[in-house]
Amino acid sequence: MAVSCVSCGGVPSCRLFLGVRVSLAPRQALWKASTIELQTVSRCQILRLRHTTVVTTKKNVAALRRETYTVDFIKKQIEEFNIGKRHLANMMGEDPETLTQVDIDRAIAYLFPSGLFEKRARPIMKHPEQIFPKQKSIQWGEDGRPFHFLFYTGKQSYYSLMHDTYGKLLNVEKHKNQLQAKDLFSEKAKTKDLIGSRWLIKEELEEMLVEKLSDQDYTQFIQLLERLLAVPGGATGEEFVQRFRRSVTVQSNKQLIEPVQHDKQGRAFSTSHGKRKSAKAEAVVYECGSGGVQVNGMDYLLYFPVTQDREQLMFPFHFLDRLGKHDVTCTVSGGGRSAQAGAIRLAMARALCSFVTEEEVEWMRQAGLLTTDPRVRERKKPGQEGARRKFTWKKR
Amino acid sequence: MAAALPRLLSAGVWPRPLRLHALLRSATPGTARPSGRTLGSAVAPAVSEPEGSNDLQDRILSEPLKHSDFFNVKELFSVRSLFDARVHLGHKAGCRHRFMEPYIFGSRLGQDIIDLEQTAAHLQLALNFTAHVAYRQGIILFVSRHRQFCHLVENTARDCGEYAHTRYFKGGLLTNAPLLLGAGVRLPDLLVFLHTLNNVFEPHVAVRDAAKMNIPTVGVVDTNCNPCLVTYPVPGNDDSPPAVQLFCRLFQTTVNRAKEKRRQVEALYRLQRQEAAGGQAPALPPSPGT
Repeated sequence: MAVSCVSCGGVPSCRLFLGVRVSLAPRQALWKASTIELQTVSRCQILRLRHTTVVTTKKNVAALRRETYTVDFIKKQIEEFNIGKRHLANMMGEDPETLTQVDIDRAIAYLFPSGLFEKRARPIMKHPEQIFPKQKSIQWGEDGRPFHFLFYTGKQSYYSLMHDTYGKLLNVEKHKNQLQAKDLFSEKAKTKDLIGSRWLIKEELEEMLVEKLSDQDYTQFIQLLERLLAVPGGATGEEFVQRFRRSVTVQSNKQLIEPVQHDKQGRAFSTSHGKRKSAKAEAVVYECGSGGVQVNGMDYLLYFPVTQDREQLMFPFHFLDRLGKHDVTCTVSGGGRSAQAGAIRLAMARALCSFVTEEEVEWMRQAGLLTTDPRVRERKKPGQEGARRKFTWKKR
Repeated sequence: MAAALPRLLSAGVWPRPLRLHALLRSATPGTARPSGRTLGSAVAPAVSEPEGSNDLQDRILSEPLKHSDFFNVKELFSVRSLFDARVHLGHKAGCRHRFMEPYIFGSRLGQDIIDLEQTAAHLQLALNFTAHVAYRQGIILFVSRHRQFCHLVENTARDCGEYAHTRYFKGGLLTNAPLLLGAGVRLPDLLVFLHTLNNVFEPHVAVRDAAKMNIPTVGVVDTNCNPCLVTYPVPGNDDSPPAVQLFCRLFQTTVNRAKEKRRQVEALYRLQRQEAAGGQAPALPPSPGT
């Protein structure tokens, strides 16, 4: 950014330089004020404006800080967005009144097709609230008095929240003491509402409060909320706490369960695939059986002489206490003995899902039986002996 | 009170004269308070209101200064009420601070006893000063770093419409306020310390910073505190709940009283100004002591 001093009007001619816009923002003092020089020419005494703009080589500190948007600017953006929405609806031949964000996204994708890979770099048309980050407006009135009573702490929203939560805690404890005084106290465990939800993460809390927090602040707040929940008694702060809980999606709903099929004799069975490293396996699990496993036409005792591999095959049944209740026939190819064992295990576990309750499927998922092992062989790199092993280092 | 008179007189004057950011706030000349004749400031903001109201404004501000106890804060407490709230109990003799010796009545079984007659006198001065600052619409900041009473102090501040700081005090909050709190921020005009020490029994940073920024302070100083930098020290117990509750109640009542007084006086003078505009000569009786 090292631009030398630019001065205009070196040749003595009757040119007046007007309209050089110099922004005099107090903080962004990159451009110094222009200097006006009176220059009299011998032939004609004309006031010549000689504008000299100096660009300093300092780093643009103001630009590194967060860009601040005024309230008027945001309002103008919202108005423009609403007008733009109507224009868009007009263009696409849709009803301007019932244009939703999904329609807008579709229209923009149609009008401005982009081949960029990064989704966030493609053209978007969203409400300004979602584009411009939320900022704090000026915090005090005309007389200089701040609006919030905790303004001088620096983190008014966070400390105000702590204050309210602590007040809530005191109220709950007082209520409990009153109940105990009247002997109406009863211990009831009411923690069922909290299953299936998690605490807000620090980023979500920062977004809620529009303030930067430190990790200690966040942990303090969560601890205070847990103290609030820990108080036994009738009036718990659960409604207050629910604002800071988010529901967790149950993962096992995404698990594909194979349908149960029936063969010619009427036996119920289920088929599934599995893979591990470069081994691919397909397993057929019969509902009723005696626990026999056939691999590629051979008995598993002969195909897998090593105990460890057979243990891997038995693990899904052992986990569900169904040893000796199912018959399995599987085919496997590729990989080594351990990889083949792992592939068959995955295939069997997936096939078993169709004979088992949803809760047990969730348990299997949490045990790791239904996840494909992502580990593959790492390539060898040049300059090294293996993937990680370097050549022997010789001092001289 | 004479020592802090210039500061007191410039309390409530906003925007501050002689400050650079006031020049940049070119958008608010009309909201400048018309107090061009205060003693503490050299440059006064341009007065756009008529002469008559300026006289009244001076009247409003100077009238309370002519009385020694304009807000009658003496009636809010007595030595007996201080004793009942256990304000006289200090720490053990080993914790005694050298500069607190003038305020200590004596020592009983190794525990220092604070002289309540001195406490009463200092408390009257402190409450009177607080009332004057509140009357002149100054910003009062209640500071305390005692975890047991943090909630109480915040409630006190909120109930009297002032501000509180009972959390971790960031380094340059007073000395580097434009950076930490935003450009053009107005600093507090009075700091009230319910506890002068912080959690590690060291003097609170705000005591020193307020002295640096020429902000007067009122502080409840216990026998282990340093009263030197506090403008209006009030020797008293800051550890027992009844004592702290009493102090909070006293400050809250004083501030509310002073604000109520200000509202009454302004309403009265507004009425009289209307009467004067109606053609009659304004008769301005001095406002009563209570």
